[in-house]
Amino acid sequence: MIAVERSPLLSRHRFLWPETLFWLAAVAVYLLFPQYLAIATSVMIMALFAVSYDLAIGFGGILTLGHAVFFGIGAYSAAWIALLGWTEPLTGALASGMIAAAFAGALGPFLLRLTGLPLIMVTLGVSVIVHEAANKAGWLTGGDDGLTGFSMSPLLGWFRWSVFGDTKYFYALAWLLVIFYLVRRVVASPFGVALQGIRENALRMRLVGTSTLRHLVVAYSISAGVAGVAGAVSAQTNTFVGLGVLSLDTTIDGLVIVVLGGIGTLYGSLVGAPVYMLVKHFAQQWNPFYWMFVIGTLLIVVVRFGRGGLLGMADVALKRLLRR
Amino acid sequence: MTVASFILLYGISYGLVLCLIAVGLVVTMGLMRVVNLAHGAFAAIGGYLSTGLMAEAGVPLPLAIVAAVAAVALFSLAIERLIFAHLYGASELDQVLLTIGLNFLAIGGLTLAFGPNVYPTRLPSWLAGNVDFGFRAFEVYRLVVIAVGFLVMTALFVVFELTTIGAQLRASVDNRSMAQAAGINVPRLFSLTFVVGSGLAALGGAIGAPMLPLEPTYPFKYLVLVLIIVALSGFGRVKDALGVSILIGIVETAGRYFLPAVSGFLVYALLIVLIIWRRDGLFARSSAS
Repeated sequence: MIAVERSPLLSRHRFLWPETLFWLAAVAVYLLFPQYLAIATSVMIMALFAVSYDLAIGFGGILTLGHAVFFGIGAYSAAWIALLGWTEPLTGALASGMIAAAFAGALGPFLLRLTGLPLIMVTLGVSVIVHEAANKAGWLTGGDDGLTGFSMSPLLGWFRWSVFGDTKYFYALAWLLVIFYLVRRVVASPFGVALQGIRENALRMRLVGTSTLRHLVVAYSISAGVAGVAGAVSAQTNTFVGLGVLSLDTTIDGLVIVVLGGIGTLYGSLVGAPVYMLVKHFAQQWNPFYWMFVIGTLLIVVVRFGRGGLLGMADVALKRLLRR
Repeated sequence: MTVASFILLYGISYGLVLCLIAVGLVVTMGLMRVVNLAHGAFAAIGGYLSTGLMAEAGVPLPLAIVAAVAAVALFSLAIERLIFAHLYGASELDQVLLTIGLNFLAIGGLTLAFGPNVYPTRLPSWLAGNVDFGFRAFEVYRLVVIAVGFLVMTALFVVFELTTIGAQLRASVDNRSMAQAAGINVPRLFSLTFVVGSGLAALGGAIGAPMLPLEPTYPFKYLVLVLIIVALSGFGRVKDALGVSILIGIVETAGRYFLPAVSGFLVYALLIVLIIWRRDGLFARSSAS
């Protein structure tokens, strides 16, 4: 069971003006803080990963702890596509996402019969297995050293990957924008509504004739595909893939971003990613293991006091302000 | 013969340590349906405390273990009252997040106290030697682990099956609201089980330290293995937990011996197939789904 507050931002199909805020802020970051473009790019990638996680967990109610698997598959696929000679980034990322989606499509029918604790455990187990297998399969993943030595051809044949990182930043931002729009459409579609019905009460949805497993598998695959694209963009912009992409840490990063921002809202990921990544960046610079205290406390505080995450709290505050 | 006895000795002692760590979780998860991913942290703290007491203060091993178990049990009582009491009835996601958060706090605390590297464990001399049984010499340490493990599990089994508290526990696992209606104080029972379970985990972590190396990431490292035991045991079955743990111990030891290159994920893969196949527990009588 996953408790999700109804999101005012997604309750209608029509476009609302606050939705532009994030994208305007993203452009403002480029103009105001050009020296921070590298971390801003990683924020975009993690936001994309969190959007995919939110689709699975916040809309499908699929409580998985193995989402890093798809991020990692996307990253390694993108690296290999480039290493094999296909250096066009857009199609490379798209193909990587499809590989991750196919993997999820194959895994889903087995995993998604489970719910609750068994699902948590099996997804966690799959994640551990894949990480371990990648560690052992050095010929495929480079083992501990990771995959390097590939480079991407200019974006759209025109924009070079400069050292300033502005191409990388807008490349990641563009993927986020396009995929966010598509996922928003999916969530508002009849399929998305059925998905939320399954999250709320799977038995009742089955009784009214919805094939819940098929819905969940499709949602899981879409989510995995998006996670794969996020991994691919990470590989392409860093021109490096290491085992870290498959680790539990990646999953936890994504999960915390979703919950911190506000689960089941999609926009929560966009709010949570910059906050979380900045806190992480500065806490780790300060002292790597103080970060453990920071993230531990953050998790406990969000669960105990932050109903609906940052977006939920902002919503409550706004309503109070308007009532006055 | 020697290979078989080697695998049995190492597998059973390893399995018993896993069982001690996991059994508390088997019961508490059965009782309150709380997803507690922080259970391994109690084992880690127990291991660190007993090893630290031995190395820094020169306390003899049995005393150090008793002290560590008592300290962890007290500590877990505080955690249960302060944090877990708010989790009953919360969503599974909240439980997952909060207990992951606790894990991070434990890792941070252990790093702060004992440093980021593996904390070395040294066996006292009376445990480090071998004892010769004619056809083969066995490590004293492994034999002692097996003896302690079976002793504790037998005691637990007697309490669980033959005493009033055990009957109350089993009734509460089977049907919580009915048990409550019959006058059983389930929350207090839960506090008690939580404390005992955490203490047992500390015991497992302490006597298992030479097998499961103490490092700050311990709570996450053995999380999957412990959760697999819980899932395969089925909720609240102490007896099955023992069988499952020993099976896992033997399978993993055999895997490491015969297929050292792939054993790490082969064992996990096998166990996951088992979980998907036997959703209600490996030894559950009938699958009612």
